[in-house]
Amino acid sequence: MTETMAPELTPWALASIAAGLFAVDPQGCGGVAVRAHAGPVRDRWLEQLRQLLPAKAPMRRLPLHIADGRLLGGLDLAATLKAGKPIAERGLLAECDGGVAVMAMAERLTSSTAGRVAAVMDAHEVVLERDGLGMRVPTRFGVVALDEGMSEEEQVPDVLMDRLAFHMDLIPIAVRDMDEPLWTSEDVTRARAILPEVEVSDKILEALCGTARALGIASLRVPFLALRAARAAAALDGRNQVAEEDAALAARLVLAPRATMLPPSEEEMPEEQEPPPPEEPPEEEQKPEDQEDQDPAELDKPLEDRVLEAAKASLPAGLLAQLQAGLGARSRSSAAGKAGALQQGNRRGRPIGTRRGELRAGARLNVIETLRAAAPWQPLRRAQALADGSSPKSLRVHVRRDDFRITRFKQRTETTTIFAVDASGSAALHRLAEAKGAVELLLADCYIRRDRVGLIAFRGVQADLLLPPTRSLVRAKRSLAGLPGGGGTPLASAIDAVRELAESVKRRGETPVAVFLTDGRANIARDGSQGRSKAMEDALAAAKELAAEQLKIILVDTSPRPQRSGQELAMAMQAQYLPLPHADAATLSSAVQTASS
Amino acid sequence: MHGRYLRQNKQTMALTFPFSAIVAQDEMKLAILISAIDPSIGGVLVFGDRGTGKSTTVRALAALLPPMEAVVNCPYGCAPDKKAGLCKMCDGPDAKEAPKTRQVPVPVVDMPLGVTEDRVVGALDLERALTQGEKAFEPGLLARAHRGFLYIDEVNLLEDHLVDLLLDVAASGENVVEREGLSVRHPAKFVLIGSGNPEEGELRPQLLDRFGLSVEISTPEDLPTRIEVVRRRDAFEKDPEGFTQRFEKEDAELRKRITAGRELLPDVVVPDAALERAAQLCLALGTDGLRGELTLIRAARGLAAFEGDKEVTDEHLKRVAPPALRHRLRRNPLDDAGSSVRVGRAIEELFGA
Repeated sequence: MTETMAPELTPWALASIAAGLFAVDPQGCGGVAVRAHAGPVRDRWLEQLRQLLPAKAPMRRLPLHIADGRLLGGLDLAATLKAGKPIAERGLLAECDGGVAVMAMAERLTSSTAGRVAAVMDAHEVVLERDGLGMRVPTRFGVVALDEGMSEEEQVPDVLMDRLAFHMDLIPIAVRDMDEPLWTSEDVTRARAILPEVEVSDKILEALCGTARALGIASLRVPFLALRAARAAAALDGRNQVAEEDAALAARLVLAPRATMLPPSEEEMPEEQEPPPPEEPPEEEQKPEDQEDQDPAELDKPLEDRVLEAAKASLPAGLLAQLQAGLGARSRSSAAGKAGALQQGNRRGRPIGTRRGELRAGARLNVIETLRAAAPWQPLRRAQALADGSSPKSLRVHVRRDDFRITRFKQRTETTTIFAVDASGSAALHRLAEAKGAVELLLADCYIRRDRVGLIAFRGVQADLLLPPTRSLVRAKRSLAGLPGGGGTPLASAIDAVRELAESVKRRGETPVAVFLTDGRANIARDGSQGRSKAMEDALAAAKELAAEQLKIILVDTSPRPQRSGQELAMAMQAQYLPLPHADAATLSSAVQTASS
Repeated sequence: MHGRYLRQNKQTMALTFPFSAIVAQDEMKLAILISAIDPSIGGVLVFGDRGTGKSTTVRALAALLPPMEAVVNCPYGCAPDKKAGLCKMCDGPDAKEAPKTRQVPVPVVDMPLGVTEDRVVGALDLERALTQGEKAFEPGLLARAHRGFLYIDEVNLLEDHLVDLLLDVAASGENVVEREGLSVRHPAKFVLIGSGNPEEGELRPQLLDRFGLSVEISTPEDLPTRIEVVRRRDAFEKDPEGFTQRFEKEDAELRKRITAGRELLPDVVVPDAALERAAQLCLALGTDGLRGELTLIRAARGLAAFEGDKEVTDEHLKRVAPPALRHRLRRNPLDDAGSSVRVGRAIEELFGA
C-alpha cells in the first residue's frame, strides 16, 4: 500500500485502486461513477472490476430506459396465468443482490429512476407496491454508473452521485497508460473476510470529517463513504486497523473529486510544498504505536492536514486553478440537468409507464399491461359468461373496459429560456443586477408554468454557463449570487455558447428561447484576441450560424443610446430587437414574456 | 394482510436508527413530534440538502411512537372508541357492541417511488381472484396508513396523478374506490410526511399548502456535530442491536412525553392574547388564507402539550411560527432573503428580540 501513497499516482492507478476498494465492499462504498467514453479504457476497467469480484457475484447491466416493472419487479404474467395464483417477478435490482449494478449512460438517467435506485440502496431492500403485489425483497448491491456526459448539463443525477463513494474520470487516460491490476480476486476475498473486524480510531474519523468540511463538501454521506473506503483499504492491506495512509487514500479517492472549495491555508501556497520524500511514509507506518503515545492534541491537527494534503494532491488540475481564481468549482451538485418532472401527455414522446384510462382519440393501448390487468379476472368472468349462457369457447380472454391500460408518454414541449448576459464593461454591474432580477422573476413564473431558465454570462475572454437550465429557484439564486462583472466583450463566444446550449435543449425535445442582454459592441474575437473589427466580424458570423437554428431570439439592447451595432446583430441572428436603455427587472421580464409568448 | 404488515414492521423496527440518536436537526424532530401529538395539524414537509438524515428521522418514528388500540381483524386498524370514521366492518350492522381490541404499532407507511395507483388506493385481491375466483378488495397503502403516517421520500418526484389522488384523500379523510367492479369506501386519516431536495424541482403549490408544517434543513456546519453524526452512523452500521439498546432509555422517555402530551392536549388553553398575536404575525407576513393562522395556533398548542404547559404563550408561538408559516409566504423573488429569514424578521418585530 505504501506505493499508493506516492503523490505521482497515475489516473489509471487511482482508478485501479478504486476498483479494488469497491470490490472489497460494494454495498458499503455505494459505487463508482466512471466518467469515460465507451472504449478500451473503460472496458478494461470494467473487466478488472469483474475479475476482482467473487466469481458468483452478479454484475448486471441496467438499460437506460428500464421500466419500473423490470427495475423493481412486478407480476410475472405468464407464470401467474399458468399457476393460477400471483407469481412475482424479481426486478433487476433484486437480481443484483450481492453484486454490482452497472448503469449505462447514467448521465441520461431520469431523476425518478435514480431516485428509485437510491431508495433501494438506502433501505437495502426493494419495497414493492405494484401490480397488486406488496412485498419486500432484501438486496444489497454496489452501483457502477457509466457517465458519458459531454457537456455541463449532462450529468448523473445527484441523488445517485451522492451515494457513490468514488467519482473517477477516465477520459484523460490513454490506452498506453493502462497497467496490470494491483490485486487479484484472492486478495479481495481475503480482505472481505477481515473487513467486519476493521477498527477506526476517532482521530481518523475526525480527520476525514474535517477534511470533507475543509474541501467544502456539505453532504454528511460523503465522509461516511470515505470511512468505508478507508476500511476497505485497510482490509485489502491485511490490517484490522485503519491507518493514516488508508485515510489519505480515501480522501484522494472519495473527497477530492467532490471538492467545491480550497481549504483556507494559513501559510502561502501550502499546496505547492514539496511532496514528502518517499522514505517518509514507510517510517511512519513502522511506528504507529509511537505516534499514538504522543500528545493526541498535538497530533490531531497534523493528521488532518496530512489527509487534506493527500486530497489536494488529487484535485483535478483545472479545478484547482478555478478554485484559486475564486470562481468556485462548478460543483456537480449545482448542475444536474434533467431534474424535475417533465410534462406528461399521452400521445408522443418517450413512454414512461401506463395508467388506467379510456381509449380516447390518440391514447395508445398497452396490450401487455391490459392483459396483465385482465388476467386475475379470468376465472370470475369465465364463470359469469357461462352462467349467462355463452359457449365456453366463444371468448378466449375476457377483457373489459376497466382493464384498458394506456401508455403514458413524456411530452416534451417545455420552453427553456436561455439568457445571455453581457457582464463586461462599466455598466455591467447595474445591468447584471437587473438581469438577475429578471431571471428570478421569470423563474417564479416558470415555476407555475413548469418551464426552465438558463443563464450564460460573458465577460473577459469567454462565456460561462452560470446556470444550467433549471426551474429551481433555489439553485438559480445560488448561481446568480456573486456573478462578477467587468472586462471585454466576447460576443462571438457568447453566441456560440448559446447555440450549443440551445442545441442540447432541442435534443432534449424542449423548445429553446434565447434572450441576449448586450449593447452589441464586441471587442474580443472568437480566438480571444482583442480588436473591435475582428470581434464584430466574428460576432456577426456566429449570429448567422445561430440564425440557422431557427430559434426564437430576443436581443435586448442595453446601451444608453441604442446604436447600429445592436440592430445589425439582431438582424444577423434574425432576432427580435428590443432597445431598452433603462430596463429594470420588471420591464425586462414582461418584455421578454410578451415577446416570447 | 394486516398480519403480514405487522411482521414486517417488527422486522424493520429492530433495524431502524433510533430517533433519539439523531444528532441536531431539532426543528425537524420537533415538527414531527408535534404532529404526532396533534395529527390534525396536517403533516410535515421536510426540504433540504442531501445526506441530512431526513428519511432516517421519519423511519425512526415508527419505533418511537406509543402503540395504539385497534380492533382485532379490522383491515384498517379502526379505533374501538370512535363511532365516526369507522370502516364498514366496525360500524356496519354486523358490528359487535364491544369489539375485541389489541395493541398495535402506529403504522408509518413508506410510499416507494414507482408505486402504482392500484397499490395506493387498493385493488382487487389477486390471490383470491385467481385461486378462488372471488371478487375481494385488497386494501392499499392508504388503508395501511390509516391512523398513522404516510411517508413520501422525494415527494417532488412523485407522479402528478398520484399527487392528485393523495390530495383528495388527505382532504376528505376517506378513500373511495370505484373501479374494476369494486365499490369500497373506507376511512384513511393519516399524517402526510414528505421530504425532498429543492434542487430537484419545486413542489406544486397545491401540495405545498397541504402540509401543516414545513421544515428546512441543512447539513450541520460545526465539525464536532458532523463528526458525531458520522460516528453514530458508523456505530449503528457495525452493531445495530447494541446501538439501538444504548438509546432505548431515551426513546422510552420521549415516548412517555408524547403520550402525556396527547392527554394534555385537549386541556391546553389558548388565551385571547395568543390568538391576537398569531393574527398579527400572519398579517405582518401577508400569508394567504386562514390556514396559516389555524396551523400556527394548533402547532403552538401541540408544542405546549409536548412541553407539559397548560397555556399557550408567546414562547410557543415564536418557536412554531417558522415551520407553520414559511411555506405560505407569497413569493417575492427579488427579496434575496429566504422565507425563513422573513419569518424570523417578523417575529422579532412583533415580539421584540
